[in-house]
Amino acid sequence: METQRITQSFDSGKGSEPRRQLSAGTTLTERYLIQEVIGVGGMGSVYRARDLHFPSVVKLVAVKEMINMAPDPAVRQIIVQNFEREANLLATLNHSAIPRIYDYFTQNEHSYLVLEFIHGKDLEAIISETDGFLSEEQVLTWGIELCDVLEYLHGHKPDPIVFRDMKPSNVMINHNGDVVLVDFGIAKTFQTGQRGTMIGTEGYSPPEQYRGEANHLADVYALGATLHHALTRRDPRLEPPFSFNERPVRRINPAISAELEAVVNTALQYNPEERFPSVAEMKNALMTAGRKTGLLSRMPTTNLSSTSIKPLWTFQCEDEVRGTPTYYQGTVFIGSYDNNLYALNGADGKFQWKYATDGGVVSRPGVYDGNVYFGSEDKSLHVIGARSGKVAWTYRTDGPIRSSPRIAEGHVFIGSDDEHLHAINLATGRSAWKFETAGPIRSTPFVADELVYVGGESGDFYAIDFGGTMKWRFQSKRAITSSPFVEKQTVYFSSMDGTLYALDARNGWAIWRFRLGKGSIVSPAAADNMIFTGAADGFIYAVESQNAKELWRFRTEHQISGSPVIYKDALYCGSVDGVLYCLEYKTGRLRWKFATQAAITGTPLVYDDIVYIGSTDKQVYALLA
Amino acid sequence: MIEFIRKLFAPPKPPEAITTAPFSEQQVNEIINNSSVRFDLLQLVAACGQSVGKQRELNEDSLLALTATLAGNSGNIPFGLYIVADGMGGHQFGEVASNSAIRTVAGYVMRKFHPYLFNLKPEPLEESLQEVMLAAVTEAQKVIQREAPGSGTTLTAVLILGQQMTVAHVGDSRAYSIMPDGRIETITRDHSLVKRLEELGHLTAEQAPNYPHRNVLYRALGQGDVLEPDIFTVPFPTTGTLMLCSDGLWGVLNDQDLARAVRDSSSLARACQTLVTAANTAGGPDNISVVVVQMTS
Repeated sequence: METQRITQSFDSGKGSEPRRQLSAGTTLTERYLIQEVIGVGGMGSVYRARDLHFPSVVKLVAVKEMINMAPDPAVRQIIVQNFEREANLLATLNHSAIPRIYDYFTQNEHSYLVLEFIHGKDLEAIISETDGFLSEEQVLTWGIELCDVLEYLHGHKPDPIVFRDMKPSNVMINHNGDVVLVDFGIAKTFQTGQRGTMIGTEGYSPPEQYRGEANHLADVYALGATLHHALTRRDPRLEPPFSFNERPVRRINPAISAELEAVVNTALQYNPEERFPSVAEMKNALMTAGRKTGLLSRMPTTNLSSTSIKPLWTFQCEDEVRGTPTYYQGTVFIGSYDNNLYALNGADGKFQWKYATDGGVVSRPGVYDGNVYFGSEDKSLHVIGARSGKVAWTYRTDGPIRSSPRIAEGHVFIGSDDEHLHAINLATGRSAWKFETAGPIRSTPFVADELVYVGGESGDFYAIDFGGTMKWRFQSKRAITSSPFVEKQTVYFSSMDGTLYALDARNGWAIWRFRLGKGSIVSPAAADNMIFTGAADGFIYAVESQNAKELWRFRTEHQISGSPVIYKDALYCGSVDGVLYCLEYKTGRLRWKFATQAAITGTPLVYDDIVYIGSTDKQVYALLA
Repeated sequence: MIEFIRKLFAPPKPPEAITTAPFSEQQVNEIINNSSVRFDLLQLVAACGQSVGKQRELNEDSLLALTATLAGNSGNIPFGLYIVADGMGGHQFGEVASNSAIRTVAGYVMRKFHPYLFNLKPEPLEESLQEVMLAAVTEAQKVIQREAPGSGTTLTAVLILGQQMTVAHVGDSRAYSIMPDGRIETITRDHSLVKRLEELGHLTAEQAPNYPHRNVLYRALGQGDVLEPDIFTVPFPTTGTLMLCSDGLWGVLNDQDLARAVRDSSSLARACQTLVTAANTAGGPDNISVVVVQMTS
C-alpha cells in the first residue's frame, strides 16, 4: 500500500488518550501559565493559559501543543514543517471569524502555537449536546457566517486559501454566538493543478479531495456536509462517503424548509461543477432561503388525521382485551380479561362462539389440527375445537398462564407462573416433561433446530432440548417477558434491563446488545435483515440484524407493550397511548395511525390485508392494512 | 433420529417421483447405525501464507492465526481468531502499524477469552462479541496513533465461536467465503475510494481495476478522529472455506483464480502456497498475505 495520508488533525478528537500533558501551573517560556486542558488531539493537547506579560489583567490564550513522537527524523521534519506552516499562514490572516495568532515556538519535540482564546464551544459538541434538532434559523445564521469567512480565505492574496477541513469540530461558536474557524493545520494556499497528498476529514470531504485535487469547491461541499450534520444530527463519519443524498435533510428532520434543504443538496453535489460556483453564491442562496421562509414563520407540519380511518368492524367484549388475536380459516380468535376466548368472523366481526375460562385470557391462541390452544389465568391450558367451540381437553399447571402456546414436533410448549416450561404431548394431552425455571415464564417459547427457547421473569433465558434438558442458559439483568425468535442461527429478544439481545442460538454467546431507552417486554420482529422492537420509553426501534446499528426510531406518546408486526412493506404496532401505528418499515415513516379509546398492550394480527387489534377499551378492531 | 427416519420415508416430491423398493428392517437399522457414527467434535483447521512480493523491499503486512477448542459443559466449541493487516505509511511505519494492530486486537480479545479457555469457573462475559471486537479495534487505533503517528493499516479480523463468526473490518483487506462448488463471495466491503465510486455508479466493475487512485482508502486504522469499523456476525461457511487476504493477493488474482486454487489444492497449506506463488507470478506488485480456515467434523 502506498503512502496515503487521509487525515491529519491536531484538534480535539475524542477518545484519544492524553499523554504527557502539561499540568496546571506549568509555565512555558516563562510567559504562558497553563491553566487546564481544553482539548485533546492525535498529536497533543490544547490548553487554556494565562499570558503573564499582562500582570494586571487576566489575558487568556489558547496554547496548542504538538508532540513530535515520530522516531523517524524525516517524519519529524515534516511534522514540524506542517506546524510552522499553520503558524505562518495564520499570521497573514485578519478576520473576526479567524483566531489571531500571538506566538509560536518549539522546545525539543514539543511545538506550541499561542492563539486567541475563544470563549465558547465547538459546533460538534453543540450538536451532540442539544436535545432534538438545532433550529433552522440558528443553522442558517451560522451557515451564512461560515460562507463569509470562507469567502475571505478564498479571496486571499496572492494565493487563495482552501480551508480543506471544514467540519463541526473545527467551528467554534463564541460567547456572542458567532462562528470562529479553528485549526488551520491543513489549510493550504491553492495553486491550480497542483496535486496534494491525501488529506481531509472522512465524511465531510468531497470525492475530488480523496484524489488530492481540492480547490475552493471542496470547501463548498464540506460546508454543505457540516450544515447537513448540524440539521440532521447524523454524523457523516459514521456513514459511507458521499452518501448524503441517501438521507435527505427533511426525511430526518421534517421541520426544515425545502429551500434550505435545496441549498444543502446543491453544495453536496458529487460533481464540483454542479455545486455553487463560489461560497459567495452559496451565501446568497442561504440568504434567499432565509428570506423566503421568513425564518420564523414556518408552515406548521401537516398532521396526519387519525379520524379519517374507519374500522371495517369492531366487536365489544365485556372487559379489556390485552392479548393478541390468531386467524384460522376465516375466524379470528382472541382472549379477553372477561375470561372468555372469542371466535369472530374475520370478514364482518360476527360473533361465532365464546368459551369461558375461570381467569383472564392474555395468551395468544395457537391453532393446530382443528383445535385452538390457549392459556388462561385460571392456570390451565385449554384446547377447544375451532369450529365447535367445545372443549377437547385441558391441562392444568400450578400457576396462572400468561405465556402463549408454541406447537411443534407433536408437542405444545407453554410457560406458566408455576416456574415451569411445560411440554405437553398433543396426542395424549399429557405432560411429556416439565422444565423447572428460576421464576414465572410469561414469554412464549420458540422452537428451532431441535431446541426450545424461552425467557423467564428471573432474567434467565433458556435453550432446552426436546428431552427437557437445558442446553445453555443466558442471564440478563432483569425479567425477560419478551418472546424470542430465531433466525440465521441467532436468537433475538428484549429484556426489562433495557436491552435488545442477539445471542448465538447454538451456544448462548451474546453476539450484540442494543441499548433501548427503557426496559422492554416487546417481542422483536424481523424483515430484510432488520430487527424491530419497542420499549417502555415509547419508541419503536429498527436495527440492523448483523450489527445492531440503529436504522430509525419512531416515537409514540406512551410505552410500547405489544409487539410490532411486519406485513408487506409496513410495520404495525400498538402503543399504550391507545394508538395503532402503521409505519413504512424501511424508513420508520408514519403511514397512518388509528386511535382506540384506551391503551393497546396486545400485538396486531395482519391477514389478507386486514389488521386485527384488541384494546383495553374492551373492543376488537378490524382495519384495512 | 425419528426425524431422520421420517425424512427417509417422506413421500417423494412430485414431479420427480422416484420409486425404490422399501428397505428391510435390517437395512434401516444399518442406515441408523452408520449415521450415528459421526464425529461429534467440530474443529477449525487453518493455514497461512505470506510473501513480500516482487516489487517491494519491505513487508508491511501482518497476519495472525489462532485455532483452539473451548471445552464447555454442553460440548466443545470451535474457537478461532484470524487477522490480516496491511500497513501503510512509508517511513517504515506501515509494518509498525499492521503489527501493533494485530497484537493489540489479538491481545485484547484473548484476555477476554482467557478465562474460558483456562479457568474453571469463568465469570460470564459482560460484553457481547461485537462489543469485544469494537473495543479491541478502538484500542488498536489509539496504539497506532501513539506508536506510529501518521501511519495507518487495514484490519480484517475474524473471531469464530461455534459456527458463527464476528468480523471487524477496516480498509481494503478482504474476507471471502469460498464454497466447494467454486462460488466465491466477498464478505467484507472495501473502504476504498474506488469501491465507493463503484457503489455510486461512477465507475463500472471493469473500470475499477484500472482506476489510478486504486490505493486510496477512506477509512484506515490509525487515521481520523472517529473510526467506525464494520462489525457484523454471520454464519461460518461450514461446508466451505473462509479466506482472509491483503490486496497483494486479491488485487492480482480474480475471484475464479482464488476459488480454484483453494478448491484444487490437496491441503490448506498447499492452497496458501499456490495462492502466494500465483500472485508473485502475476507480478507480485505488493505484499501478499493469506489465511484460509475450514471447519471439519
